Amino acid sequence: MSVARFWRETPRRYNLGGSKCTMCGTVYFPPRTVCPECTSHRQSIEKMVPFQLSGEGEVVSFTVVHEAAEGFELQVPYALALVKTREGPVLTGQIVDIEPSAVAIGLKVRATFRKLREEGASGVIHYGYKFTPLEESGSLPVAVSGERNST
Amino acid sequence: MREVAVLGVGQTKFGELWDRSFREIGIEVGLQALVDAKLSSQDLGGLYLGNMASGALIDQEHIAPLILDSVGLIHRHLPAVRVEGGGASGALALHQGYLAVASGLYDFVVVGGAEKLTDVPDETAARITSSAADQEWEVVFGATLPALWALMARRHMHDFGTTREELARVAVHAHEMGSKNPLAHYRNKITVEQVLNAGPVAEPLGMLDCAPLSDGAAAVVLGPMELARKHTDTPIRIAASQVACDTMALHHRREITRLDSTVVAARRAFDQSHRTPEEVQVAEIHDAYTISALVSLEDLGFVKKGRSGPEFASGRFGPGGTTVVNPSGGLKAQGRPFGAVGVAQVVELVRQLRGEAKDRQVPGASVGLAQDIGGTGATTVVHVLERTN
Repeated sequence: MSVARFWRETPRRYNLGGSKCTMCGTVYFPPRTVCPECTSHRQSIEKMVPFQLSGEGEVVSFTVVHEAAEGFELQVPYALALVKTREGPVLTGQIVDIEPSAVAIGLKVRATFRKLREEGASGVIHYGYKFTPLEESGSLPVAVSGERNST
Repeated sequence: MREVAVLGVGQTKFGELWDRSFREIGIEVGLQALVDAKLSSQDLGGLYLGNMASGALIDQEHIAPLILDSVGLIHRHLPAVRVEGGGASGALALHQGYLAVASGLYDFVVVGGAEKLTDVPDETAARITSSAADQEWEVVFGATLPALWALMARRHMHDFGTTREELARVAVHAHEMGSKNPLAHYRNKITVEQVLNAGPVAEPLGMLDCAPLSDGAAAVVLGPMELARKHTDTPIRIAASQVACDTMALHHRREITRLDSTVVAARRAFDQSHRTPEEVQVAEIHDAYTISALVSLEDLGFVKKGRSGPEFASGRFGPGGTTVVNPSGGLKAQGRPFGAVGVAQVVELVRQLRGEAKDRQVPGASVGLAQDIGGTGATTVVHVLERTN
């Protein structure tokens, strides 16, 4: 993948920066410039504002992948899930720091910053979000810059 | 808009066709369909070609004029257009050909579909076919096309109690049908136990829940119904040709266990053809994965949401059933050359409706339905075909 193509998504992939429609209140991830929910959606242009997702959510479905996506071969078998975030949007990501066989629908998780894959031995390294089981103690994994706006 | 008929068909064997090039398989089916339609090359108006990934697979984009030239028709400088929509490319090409003839702009067109998936290593083909899913927000995070369908399967099992055995029956049925199809990639019969014990791909889907990677091509000749009888004694009417789209990513769907693109395309197709699911005797549906066939049966309206597992297991969709599904062997056993699939589905329906399907024949078939999906449901194309005699 070209450097530019991955680099320009870092605010979304690293920090879960989404958007919110100020007309109907729907939250989106990835961010949108027009709101599909608003009946006159073109009027939502310039009415969408940046919205930081908390990263907290719940597994709504999962699979254990044995035939890997490109770049994920060394991680096999890995759990991939659909995670419904607290704010509404559903994301696709790996569930980590837990045995794949222990992942279940309903598992509460939180997004965390991880390495996704690398382009060969000397290529670009891609980072993004994965999900870990939510600690009951409420302690947070360290975010990229040390700053994390909770909503 | 005038009525459109299928006048001729052609299809190669599906499988690993290492000794045959893309051009060769395109030529074979194009000429077969033209001969079957008794259509002189002088009367041909154009070519529509369904193909998903020729650039990535054989480094060749812009393939429609290439095939037109290969079939020896270039000196008339006909229009040739490639159509792409993931796995639905062939069915989308058919939709475009239908619109071209219905509009009156062209009288006769060839619609072909072709793909060469086995010229590259399996991992490369798997990566290329995953390009029908959302690259930026699904694949980059570790998703493959089977993994995404597996997410749908897991939720379907959770919400409706669908079992792995019920999924497995879809594959067993496909191979039972494929065993009677000389063009099928796989002609061996398989058992539920073999499907359950096959190596895992993305749980709960295993190797035998997933259609193979195949090479192959298929083609049809379309023309106006008013001129059809000069070309064939058995013109098959296209009673409906409808397309509907949905979000690219599975995670953006309204319900992850429902293919809204199929629900809407089917509704539009039944409206256009003035038919209901109960009137369809034979259906070629998208069984790329066992779960995709079950969900498609629900969303096409053949069974209620969530009931596909037990209904399929009852034999309703097998030989002697109310609607025979995938008599060709489907994507699972006949094979899955992505761009050819949608056209091959219609080739099988035409043979069935003409009464030419030999030991695969569904007795008395007069109304058929074909459904093809792109990606995990971002596109669905539904065609309804009818016998006219």
